[in-house]
Amino acid sequence: MERQRKNLNLILWVGFLVVLIGALSYKPFFSQFPSTRDVPWVNMLMFVVGIGLMGVGLKRAFQKPDVYRGKVVGTVVAIAGVAVIGYFFLRAYYLERQLPISINAPRVGQKAPDFTLLDTDGNSITLSKLLASPTGAPASSKTNGVVLIFYRGHW
Amino acid sequence: MRSIEKRRKDFDARGVKLVAISVDPPKFSRELCRRYGYTYTFLSDPNAEVIRRYDLFHPKAGPRGTDIARPAEFLLDSDGVIRWRNLTPATIVRAWPETILKAIDDLRLAPSPR
Repeated sequence: MERQRKNLNLILWVGFLVVLIGALSYKPFFSQFPSTRDVPWVNMLMFVVGIGLMGVGLKRAFQKPDVYRGKVVGTVVAIAGVAVIGYFFLRAYYLERQLPISINAPRVGQKAPDFTLLDTDGNSITLSKLLASPTGAPASSKTNGVVLIFYRGHW
Repeated sequence: MRSIEKRRKDFDARGVKLVAISVDPPKFSRELCRRYGYTYTFLSDPNAEVIRRYDLFHPKAGPRGTDIARPAEFLLDSDGVIRWRNLTPATIVRAWPETILKAIDDLRLAPSPR
């Protein structure tokens, strides 16, 4: 008896790949643009498409198991896909938001606490001296302000 | 930080200095600046003393449970008074340079470069 080769049901894997790309593309790419950063709608769209493709693959694996493969592996891949999406949202809407409330951070109208720290060349830089020194910019001879950017580091 | 660097000349034109602060040691920040082409001032606060003074201390939030700063931006006028600030609700959501530039212009901290 000749065994017919079953269709690989690639759409399952394509769907999973779309979900994976959707989850991994946010930080290095879509978070760089204002329109796709605050609400990761492109990534959400990829999740919907990926889930849809996996749904089609699963449906035919179960409805026509003699033609399409993937009843078992498809279920596993689909669960993995849902887990990836779940982790994406857990990260974006919970883990990344676990920040200190910084209730005593200096407020608008208050004087910024002065400090002296080392720059990348090992020079001592004092905020008040920085404010008093010229910027060297052609359009302005004095410092009109300073932007302090605190960042997490460890890059 | 990359988007800030791209608008560096707009901050320069307004006579506003850019200062980045983290717990990274100077050597580490120098490498960061070299790698990404950052040209503004990077200051090192390895013991998080200044970060604590600004109440931005985020204990054990860094790699291997290290203490770091939560992201935040402050705009100071020439007297050192805070005129605008941003305490982000999520690490990935940082202030855009355009937002800070608009604050500088709206507050008339600098003569318009145009």
